[in-house]
Amino acid sequence: MVTRLKGRHGSGIREATSYLGQNYLVVESTLIPDFLRMLRDEEKFDYLVDVTAVHYPEREKQFEVVWILYSFERNERIRVKTLVAESVPSVFSIWPTANWLEREVFDMFGISFEGHPDLKRILLPDGWKGYPLRKDYGIIQQDNEWVQINLGIESGQ
Amino acid sequence: MSHGTSHLELQDHEKTFLDSNELIINMGPQHPATHGVLRVILKLDGEKVLGTECVIGYLHRGVEKIAEHRTYTMFNPYVDRMDYVAAVSNGLGYCESVEKLLNIQAPPRANYIRVILTELNRLASHMLWLGTHALDIGAITPLFYTFRDREEILKIFEKYCGARLTTHAFRIGGCLYETYDGFESDVTRFLKFVAPKIEEYEELLTTNRIWVERTKNVGFISAADCVALGVTGPVLRASGVKWDLRKAQPYAAYSEFDFEIPIGTTGDTYDRYLVRMQEMRQSLRIIEQAVGRIPSGPIMAKVPKVIKPPAGEIYHSIEAPKGELGYFIVSDGSTQPYRIRVRPPSFVNLQALDQMVRGALVADVIAVIGTLDIVLGEVDR
Repeated sequence: MVTRLKGRHGSGIREATSYLGQNYLVVESTLIPDFLRMLRDEEKFDYLVDVTAVHYPEREKQFEVVWILYSFERNERIRVKTLVAESVPSVFSIWPTANWLEREVFDMFGISFEGHPDLKRILLPDGWKGYPLRKDYGIIQQDNEWVQINLGIESGQ
Repeated sequence: MSHGTSHLELQDHEKTFLDSNELIINMGPQHPATHGVLRVILKLDGEKVLGTECVIGYLHRGVEKIAEHRTYTMFNPYVDRMDYVAAVSNGLGYCESVEKLLNIQAPPRANYIRVILTELNRLASHMLWLGTHALDIGAITPLFYTFRDREEILKIFEKYCGARLTTHAFRIGGCLYETYDGFESDVTRFLKFVAPKIEEYEELLTTNRIWVERTKNVGFISAADCVALGVTGPVLRASGVKWDLRKAQPYAAYSEFDFEIPIGTTGDTYDRYLVRMQEMRQSLRIIEQAVGRIPSGPIMAKVPKVIKPPAGEIYHSIEAPKGELGYFIVSDGSTQPYRIRVRPPSFVNLQALDQMVRGALVADVIAVIGTLDIVLGEVDR
C-alpha cells in the first residue's frame, strides 16, 4: 500500500514506518485533507478513531497533529501525522466525528482547524485564556482573571 | 402571536407543533437524568426537539496534563477516575499500552485474572447503566435490583484489592495482588447467583408495555452514521455492525475464550437494551470459562524497577463497556510520558446525541442520554 501511495503522492509522504508493529505515515500538511479522504475512499480506512496533537516547542513547526484511522474491512489501523505551525485543514467534511475531536485539540493546543463549522472551546470555559496541553503551560497554571471573575475566589489552587 | 390562522389552517400546519413558538431550554448541568454534570441546550418547538447542543467540561481535571508530570507508574491510579464505573477497564487499557511500549507481556496467569476482573466490571457497568436508564424512563424497581446485584461484584473487588470503585487492580507488567483464598469459589458463586437475576431484569422490562413504548423506534442511528460519527461499543453493535475489539484485535487472554458478539438490527434504544443484556450473558460465559482454568505461574512480568520506555509512540485500545477506549502514548525515553492522549468512548458517543434526538420529543432525550451510557468523568477527563 505504501509503495502505491508513494507512487501517487511522491515527496508528499515524508516517512512511512512502523514501530512496535504499528504503521504510521508522516505527510506534508499540504496533503491534508485530500490524502485522508483518499485513505477513506480508496483504502477503506472508514473510521476516524481519534484526532490529537503533540507539542514540541523547540521545533520550527511546533505541533504534530495525529489522525488515527481504522479500517473495518482490513481490521487495520494507521496513523497519519503532519507537522504544523498553527493551523491545519479540518477533516469534518470527511468524518463528522472530527467535530468534537478537533474542538478538543483547539481547546487544549490552540491549533486552528480551517473549515471547521464551529471551532470553539469544548472542555474549558469559552472565556478561558491559554492552552493547557502546550508544554509552556504550567501544571498548576490557570487563568486567574477568569477564576476571580467567574468563581469569586482568589485562586483555584 | 399574530399568525391569525383559522382552525383549519392549524390542522395542516406542519411547521410548528401545537402552534407554539420555538423555545430554548436548558437541561442540566444539575439534572438527575444527565448522569453527572452534563448540560444540554435544547431548541424546542413545543415538545419536539429541533436541535441540541451539549455543554461539557464541568468535570475536567486535566488528566492528560497530569500524566505529563507523573511517572508511568504514578499515573496508573489516575486512569481509574475517568470512567469511574468501569475503573478496571481503564486500568487494563493503560497497563497494556505501557507494556506494549516497553515490549513486555503480562504472564498468562495475570491475563486470566485481568479478564475475570474486567468482565466482572463490564457486568457492573452494564448493571449500573440498566438501573439508571430504567429509572430515567420511569421504572424504579430495576434500579434496586441492579444495585443489589452489583454490590456482589464490588465485594469481590474489595476482597481482591481493597477498593470497590477506583480499584487500581492492575500494575504495569501484570497484577500486584495474587488472588485471595476462595477467589474462584466467590466468582463461581456469583455466576450462579447472577444468571437468574439477568432473567429477572428481562422479565421486568423486555415485554413491559411502557418500556417498549418508550424505547422502540426512539433514538435511531444507522450503522453508516455510527461509523461516520466514530460511535463504538454496544451502540455500534445495536446498529448491526459486528465489531468488538475483544474479537477484532484480541488483547489480554480474550482469544482463548468462546463468546459471541451480540448485535441488533434496528439501532433503536430497545435494540441497544437487548444488546447490552446479551453482552452481560456473554460476560458470564467468559468468566465461567476463565475461572475454571486460571493457569499457575507468576502474576508479574520482569519489569524494570524504573519504567523508562524507549522513545517512540504507541496506540492501544481495548473494548471498554462503553466502546473503544484507546491510549496514545508518546515516550521521549524518560521516566515520564511526553504525552498521553486518552480516546474516550463516552466523549465520542455523546456527539451522536444531536442526530439521535432531532425530531423526537423532549422525553426521548432522556431515553437517548441513558442509552448512550455516558460517564461524565470520562467525557470531561
